[in-house]
Formats: sequence, C-alpha cells, structure tokens
Amino acid sequence: MHEMGIVLHLAKTLDETAKQEHLSKIGSVTLQVGEVSGILTDYFVECWDYFKPRHPVLKDSKLILETIEAVTWCDSCKRTYQTVRYGRECPYCHSGETWLLKGNECIIKQIEAEEEAPSAIPEQ
Amino acid sequence: MKVIELKETVTASNDRDAEALREELNLRGVLLVNLMSGPGAGKTTLLSRTIRDLSDLKIAVLEADLDATVDAETIEALGARAIQAHTDGMCHMDAGMTRAGLEALGTEQTDLVFLENVGNLICPAEFDTGAQLRVMILSIPEGDDKPLKYPLMFRESDALILSKLDALPYFDFDLDKCIQRAKRLNPKIQVFPLSAKTGEGMAAWEAWLRENLIRKTV
Ligand SMILES: Nc1nc2c(ncn2[C@@H]2O[C@H](COP(=O)(O)OP(=O)(O)OP(=O)(O)O)[C@@H](O)[C@H]2O)c(=O)[nH]1
Ligand SMILES: [Mg+2]
Ligand SMILES: [Zn+2]
Repeated sequence: MHEMGIVLHLAKTLDETAKQEHLSKIGSVTLQVGEVSGILTDYFVECWDYFKPRHPVLKDSKLILETIEAVTWCDSCKRTYQTVRYGRECPYCHSGETWLLKGNECIIKQIEAEEEAPSAIPEQ
Repeated sequence: MKVIELKETVTASNDRDAEALREELNLRGVLLVNLMSGPGAGKTTLLSRTIRDLSDLKIAVLEADLDATVDAETIEALGARAIQAHTDGMCHMDAGMTRAGLEALGTEQTDLVFLENVGNLICPAEFDTGAQLRVMILSIPEGDDKPLKYPLMFRESDALILSKLDALPYFDFDLDKCIQRAKRLNPKIQVFPLSAKTGEGMAAWEAWLRENLIRKTV
C-alpha cells in the first residue's frame, strides 16, 4: 500500500504548490523514482489516475516517470557499484559490508503548469 | 505552460505537517516518541515494562499496528491510556494520522506519548510523524546485518534499542559489529542494548527518556 500513501502526499504537495504559485492547471508532473524505491510504477500510475479527478488542478495532468540509478557503497574497499546489477555483495572485493547510497528516493523534479489569469489573483 | 522546478520529495507536504505538529507538541509540553521496528521485535513488551517503571509519569500510547486491539488492552491493563490509530490500511503512520490520533487521545494531562508504528523497517522511516524522538527497535534474533539492509531506518532514528538481550547466547549476533554498523550510518545514534524480560539495560533507556521530557510551560 506504499504507492497509495505516496500518491496521496504527492497530490497534496502539488495542490499546495498550485495555490502558492497561483497555478490554474498542471499539465505534467515529472517524478524521479529510484530503482530500488520499492515503488511499482504500474500500480503507482493506477493510484495516480484514481486520485487525479479529485484534484481540480491535476485533472488533465500527465505523469512522467524518470528512473534514478541505485548505487551501493562498499565500506570494505570504499568503492561504489550498481546495486541492481550486483546486489548486496561488492563485485570488487566480495565484502558484504555494503549499503545503499542512493536509489530509494522519489522526488518531484518539475511540473509544467498554466498560471491563473492576472485578474484571478487576489490583490495583496 | 511554464516549467517550475521543484526538486522536492513527494512527501514534502507531510514534512511540513510534521514540523507544525512538532512545534505544537513542544508548546504543549508533550513528548511524542515514534517507536518503529519489524513485527515481533518486542515493542509492546518494552512499552509495558517502561510504563510500569516510569509510573510517576503520565503516559499514553497510540497504537498503529494493523490489528493491535490486543496490544491496546495489554497497555491499558497497566493503567496507561491507549488508543487505536487509524492508518487507513497504510504501511506507515504520517503526520496527519498522528495528529488525528492525538486529538482523539487528548494530551492535556500527558507527559509522554508513544506511537507504536506499523511493524516494518522500510515505510515508517520515510514518513515524519511529527514526533520529537524516533526510536527503532532491533531484536537480537533478527540479526546484526539489519543496518546494512535498512540504512534509512538507522539514519533517521535518534535511538536504537537492541532488544531481547537475554537471547544473545542463543544467536549468532555480534553486538559490537552491529553497533559499529549503526554508528557508521548515523554517528549520533544512541544505542540501548536491553532486555524487557530480565530488566537488564532498561535503566539507561528510561534515563534517556527522562532527559528528553519537555517542560510544561503552561
Ligand atoms: N526473550 C525475550 N523475549 C521477548 C522480549 N521482549 C519481547 N519478547 C517476546 O517476543 C515476542 C514479541 O513481543 P511483542 O512485545 O509482542 O512484540 P511487538 O513488536 O509488539 O510485536 P507486534 O506488535 O506483533 O509487531 C513475544 O513472544 C515476547 O514475549 C525480551 O526482552 N526477551
Ligand atoms: Mg505489539
Ligand atoms: Zn568492496
């Protein structure tokens, strides 16, 4: 149920941004998703489609997903390597003293949006 | 259409809610402790013993476990207040759910609230609940390699409880190595090896909680 929770917060974060920046409509949302974030992209898109109609500014928006490569640090030989390719064991020294450096994040990179007509912006 | 660069985590709105809740709790003089662990690591047993030992404090428990009615009953039998929080079927508690839970609980007469988070080592680490302290429990039978597997949980926690210490002779668990691994990820993490069964190590954990209590200003 992780995807549902994340989409819920994503929609809320975007609603807040739209209010702050006086946006009438968000056309696209670009997300950067780590390779090992545990987010199932198909399911994520389904959740997004479910929430979208409930948020007027997001109604017609498109979701663009970019992948962030996962990188693991080896604490034995102080090198980094591709997590998805080699897993938990360091390919250089075969140590198991390794941990993930990046690749489990989910970041809103950018949005494309239309601004409200100037008359719609309340006077300060 | 214009392009706006955000570079924000998807949960940014939750981070803001959490920050606001934390400030309110500080003003109200209530210490909220977010307790996280895998299933069966010993959260309820630890809480029961802690509540008994700190009987001079007014303690309440917010249970987020998916079917934790049994846990809530155990806690209430000790005279502390407990309430079931609603996670809406999620794998974690967020700041909004925590706020709703605290409102239902009522915190006027309370010094310390424990949030027993949903039992898993991944999702709860990603969502700030608004708690002033984050404590994770790793039990000896789970193994000393967990810091390598779940680095985020170890990075995000203020304290690490190594529970079921009485079981150490029966498991291949290297205590020093585990602590070293945790500190490599998070040099500031406080480590409390303890057994809620025998009581060993409980005093240090309870002293640390007392140090962190928030003075009531009103
Ligand atoms: N030997 C030993 N066993 C313990 C200790 N603490 C808890 N246990 C046992 O571990 C099991 C799980 O303990 P709980 O306190 O229910 O763990 P929990 O994290 O609340 O479990 P869930 O809420 O189901 O995720 C029980 O059988 C406890 O008796 C301890 O310090 N030593
Ligand atoms: Mg429990
Ligand atoms: Zn290596």
